[in-house]
Amino acid sequence: MDHAQPAVAHDKYYVPHGSPWPFFGSVTLFILMVGAVMTLESGGIGQYVLGLGFLLLFGLFFGWFGTVIKENQAGIFNMQVDRSFRMGMSWFIFSEVMFFAAFFGALFYARQLALPWLSGEGAKHLTSVILWHDFEGGWPSNGPAHLGPSGSGSTFETIPALGVPLINTALLLTSGVTLTVAHHALRAGHRSVLKVFLALTFLLGFLFVFLQAREYHEAYTELGLTLSTGIYGSTFFMLTGFHGFHVTIGALMLLIIWLRTMNGHFTPQRHFAFEGVAWYWHFVDVVWLGLYIFVYWL
Amino acid sequence: MKTVSTNNVSADRHDDHKPSGIGRWLFATNHKDIGTMYLVFSCIMFFIGGAMALAIRAELFRPGMQFFDPGFYNQMVTNHALVMIFGAVMPAFVGLANWMIPLQIGAPDMALPRMNNYSFWILPFAFTLLLGSLFTPSGGPAGGWTMYPPLSLQSGNSFPMMIFAVHLMGASSIMGAINVIVTILNMRAPGMSLLKLPLFCWTWLITAYLLIAVMPVLAGAVTMLLTDHYFGTSFFNPAGGGDPVMFQHIFWFFGHPEVYILILPAFGIVSEIIPTFSRKPMFGYDAMVYATASIAFLSFIVWAHHMFTVGMPLAGQMFFMMSTMLIAVPTGVKVFNWTTTMWKGSLSFEPPMLFALAFLFLFTIGGFSGLMLAIVPADYQYQDTYFVVAHFHYVLVPGAIFAIMAAVYYWLPKWTGTMYDMTLAKWHFWVSTVSVNVLFFPQHFLGLAGMPRRIPDYNVQFTDWNMVSSVGGFVFGFSQLVFVWVIIKAVRGGPPASAKVWDADMPGLEWSVPSPAPYHSFDTPPDVH
Ligand SMILES: [Cu+2]
Repeated sequence: MDHAQPAVAHDKYYVPHGSPWPFFGSVTLFILMVGAVMTLESGGIGQYVLGLGFLLLFGLFFGWFGTVIKENQAGIFNMQVDRSFRMGMSWFIFSEVMFFAAFFGALFYARQLALPWLSGEGAKHLTSVILWHDFEGGWPSNGPAHLGPSGSGSTFETIPALGVPLINTALLLTSGVTLTVAHHALRAGHRSVLKVFLALTFLLGFLFVFLQAREYHEAYTELGLTLSTGIYGSTFFMLTGFHGFHVTIGALMLLIIWLRTMNGHFTPQRHFAFEGVAWYWHFVDVVWLGLYIFVYWL
Repeated sequence: MKTVSTNNVSADRHDDHKPSGIGRWLFATNHKDIGTMYLVFSCIMFFIGGAMALAIRAELFRPGMQFFDPGFYNQMVTNHALVMIFGAVMPAFVGLANWMIPLQIGAPDMALPRMNNYSFWILPFAFTLLLGSLFTPSGGPAGGWTMYPPLSLQSGNSFPMMIFAVHLMGASSIMGAINVIVTILNMRAPGMSLLKLPLFCWTWLITAYLLIAVMPVLAGAVTMLLTDHYFGTSFFNPAGGGDPVMFQHIFWFFGHPEVYILILPAFGIVSEIIPTFSRKPMFGYDAMVYATASIAFLSFIVWAHHMFTVGMPLAGQMFFMMSTMLIAVPTGVKVFNWTTTMWKGSLSFEPPMLFALAFLFLFTIGGFSGLMLAIVPADYQYQDTYFVVAHFHYVLVPGAIFAIMAAVYYWLPKWTGTMYDMTLAKWHFWVSTVSVNVLFFPQHFLGLAGMPRRIPDYNVQFTDWNMVSSVGGFVFGFSQLVFVWVIIKAVRGGPPASAKVWDADMPGLEWSVPSPAPYHSFDTPPDVH
């Protein structure tokens, strides 16, 4: 992307007219947050407020993005606006990368520093001497108190890297290929190839989510591996959970651009939404590779 | 230059026709309207946070408990910080960015005007949530703005309100930052290469990058707090293999770049003002750009200097001490460049210049005390004392906030089209500058003598300097009403300001449009030399 280029190529400045959606969106977020606070603190009607918040959120996405899509189809965006959208999407993905970085950081810190210290190595030797002198550390670990679903003293098993996670890796990598094929088809004007491969991509995405959900079920019911299984459970479920959530969002976005494709949207030259979703999908893919290596494998 | 027309879509009019009624503000897409809303919001938050500060100084006027219980004192300390950082200083800089960046780069508006409005309107709701928590049965968050576990996990109903308020503020900041970056990279007038960019835009470009890099990390940190509290995770629980110190690492990985988010735009403002009132171009423009970038880079590798006393391997302490002291180099470059810009200039001392000069001297004091804090063995003595409080208030009040006031006094005639009351503004400057030193300088002595921060009571030996500090605090607080009065007067009317406003030859594009600036800044790309 031509980040550093001054805006020489634009022919018209475009400034959108006022829109109720941003304000509507702020109210939506407020209702969501109030609902979440009420649900966590007292239950009661909190979950209905939360539910209302999610409903409004769907309304927000359909309303706001719908408006932009209509404007785009009417051809009123110039190349400069298109470039703004692209840059905005790239920086948004960068912010997502940093969000995952926080959780990867927690994983590395726990494995490389916290657990060795708790088992008596290095600078914090006294913690081990005074509190948990028979704790061995190592990985995977649910900590010196062996926290888990049945309180302290729980045992758990991890999910082997070579089973479903390997299949899921293959699914996501394949979906990256099918998406690229779809993109080339779009640029070459082969609409039917585009439609088939785009559909394949989001189907692979949903299949990934389905397998991941089954794996979670197995972890909870058979392996004793839950969110409360010490630091292993915490990092495992928060990392794979946020990733799975992003895959779901990504697959939904793919579904939507597929529906738009079926409606004849996008041209070989102008297809920001397609590329934005594609970047997002590749980002989700790369995060998975990190997860597969550092969470499942090593 | 080719003539360019603006695309008119339904209600878009590029004469001075403004949308009418409340819709102009609720549904705004105009960068000036949104900038104004940001600045007004920031001003309200400044007074709310200031009232909390005065409550703190009233309690500390004498030893012993005077007005409220320690729990409420802790709530004041915590919320004062959150309100001032996320509600006053950051929105003020975003407001200035909104107003000035399109004007300075010759753009019609911000690149993503609707998202711009979204990022503003999230803020009032976020602060409703945060300040509303003060009225819950358990009271507001009281564990400090740094939210360290396990203390913060023991808050009552206010805990999730604080967490979600921080999430909302983060979302707002990230969207605001994306907008600034995209605007600067994509909307510059033809011919304005990056090394012709005004320094205010440069510092904001780098600030926006820092924001996008670290606000998500803060979101991650508070999300881990939330799941530790409600969903049984063990991130910060050693019994499950976690570590409460890990929170501090993740938090300060956000927190140190955050302090540059609070000061880099201030550097940019001062770099605009000093050349104007010295009637000389900025000395070492390129060096200023590279120094800003170096500070941003270094800000990612110094975070643990906030935690020297929590227990850290010696190698870690050494690394973070050295990297922190390295920051003095690019910061020194900046201070010397500002000074050299004034050298043999034909100086004049209008209110913006006065505030910029006070910034130069007083921010440097805060910089030096920061160097002292960076030295590990010395920090063992200073940690959690009033010396730290004095340090960061010197960089944030006569640093960031003075720069914001300088910016308002510099650009206000461009916004309102009228000259403000210079005499009142100078009064505001002198009373503020004297009282801010009366307020914060004695806190250095208190800290070196060992007075701990975040405690509502103290040993009688600290009484005298606390009284001095409280007197300074009240004078400073009430003198800010003068600032508001100057602005209100200027908005209501006054002698008309010329397009150039100041008696100097400034290169900035914002001075090429009339005062007040037209509702839509540039319909056609201006000439850039
Ligand atoms: Cu720091």
